[in-house]
Amino acid sequence: MQTIISVSGLSKTYDSRFQALKRIDLDIRRGEIFALLGPNGAGKTTLISIICGIVKASEGSVRVAGHDIVADYRAARAMIGLVPQELTTDAFESVWATVSFSRGLFGRPANPAHIERVLRDLSLWDKRDSKIITLSGGMKRRLLIAKALSHEPEILFLDEPTAGVDVNLRRDMWQLVRSLQATGVTIILTTHYIDEAEEMADRIGVISKGEIILVDDKVELMRKLGKKQMTLQLQTALDRIPPALAAYQLELASDGNELIYTFDAQGERSGIVALLRDLNDAAIAFKDLHTTQSSLEDIFVSLVKDAK
Amino acid sequence: MNWHAMRAIYLFEMARTRRTLLQSVISPVISTSLYFVVFGAAIGSRIDEIEGISYGAFIVPGLIMLSLLTQSVSNASFGIYFPKFTGTIYELLSAPVSYLEIAASYVGAAATKSMILGLIILATAGLFVPLQVAHPVWMLLFLVLTAVTFSLFGFIIGIWADNFEKLQLVPLLIITPLTFLGGSFYSINMLPPIWQTITLFNPVVYLVSGFRWSFYDVADVSVGISLFMTVLFLAVFLAVVGWIFKSGYRLKT
Repeated sequence: MQTIISVSGLSKTYDSRFQALKRIDLDIRRGEIFALLGPNGAGKTTLISIICGIVKASEGSVRVAGHDIVADYRAARAMIGLVPQELTTDAFESVWATVSFSRGLFGRPANPAHIERVLRDLSLWDKRDSKIITLSGGMKRRLLIAKALSHEPEILFLDEPTAGVDVNLRRDMWQLVRSLQATGVTIILTTHYIDEAEEMADRIGVISKGEIILVDDKVELMRKLGKKQMTLQLQTALDRIPPALAAYQLELASDGNELIYTFDAQGERSGIVALLRDLNDAAIAFKDLHTTQSSLEDIFVSLVKDAK
Repeated sequence: MNWHAMRAIYLFEMARTRRTLLQSVISPVISTSLYFVVFGAAIGSRIDEIEGISYGAFIVPGLIMLSLLTQSVSNASFGIYFPKFTGTIYELLSAPVSYLEIAASYVGAAATKSMILGLIILATAGLFVPLQVAHPVWMLLFLVLTAVTFSLFGFIIGIWADNFEKLQLVPLLIITPLTFLGGSFYSINMLPPIWQTITLFNPVVYLVSGFRWSFYDVADVSVGISLFMTVLFLAVFLAVVGWIFKSGYRLKT
């Protein structure tokens, strides 16, 4: 797939000498939804801010569709829409005026039909003449998205788009992001919510302490790093695991009432059949069993922990 | 040039003036009218003519200059400071618009507003005192140059300020005193020689003098020097704005 954003050797050290980014290399593919995960202070917003032109890089370069963000900033920025994390709006402007302003600011001629379409898509049409100060938090969040979409960008950055919004609005936003992707827009989102990345992203990048520690397809990531566990609820509690089952590296839990077997989800053979047979041979009976697969959150926590 | 962006910023700023008409236009007009009532009609009638001009008429250019300077600085500084304060500056910094275009749009809007105000005050003055404009083209030139120059100054203050107190500091503590002491209400020839010399270090003297010359053909300093000084201030402020944008001072980390 064609690369639309290419980040190369990007570093950022603030005046306070805090190094927010350390030689980041990253390619974003055209048309994908890329989720950038990382704990607070990892460098997510700094990375986005540099690409969008808000923060200056200390070293390295960024190209947007081949345009250098410094030398050819007009072409690069015209392709980008940014929805910031904070609800920053002009309180006394009307919804229509502020969205129209954003379109003009990005060098596009007035197009009332497009603005109307964006406002309708975001359920803000009825509020077009309302002052921003009268909008709810969720509406303001949608308004920021409308402003970012006003100039028909090819790339949309969503910095923590669902922070502090209710479940319904979150799901609406996920739907909106998918529909934007369907029209060819490349979407880069940062999030704390692992389920958001798991739900929407095609690829996931994990950033920690200013370094990209992993970039992979979401499905591939979960396949590679995801673990499966089978939990057996025993009929009789065990004091210890019998030596005959040592090869399975089982864990005893719930005061000996549960046996947990962890196996490789991508392995051709899980070993479950053999384990059940050996349990039978060892006269260990169980009344129930269930399997679970590690979530993206488990993978993320483990990756960030390893990076420390 | 990103004309759409410049137009958007300019119209956005002008729309703010329309929304705050009472504060932006009517309030300065009323306060200036009060000056005319007090100094022109009430006290002015008991003061001798200055260089053959009635006192009420003599102070008109100075009063217009007082409004022009304070409004240019206030409008431009508030215009750029407010997005910084609310956080909406992110949009400006991420837009495909050059620093020159940003500065020209904000300064253009601020200068337009203060010029409109200056002309309204001029018309208002005509209701109180007999007016003449000896050099209308020069009058407009000084009006435009001063409005643009001090809007640039206001723009610099707006970028420098990191709180509302600093935003008010320069207009209140520097612009207003310099304008009052810069010959707005008197001719500097009325001062003792030592004070005349000291007053020449006040940049506003040259602005007021040049502007007054365009009205009555009389000036405290030569009109050429007034024009030179006005253009010099313009060049200095342009250089500072250029440096701010090049360095990203208080805009980009």
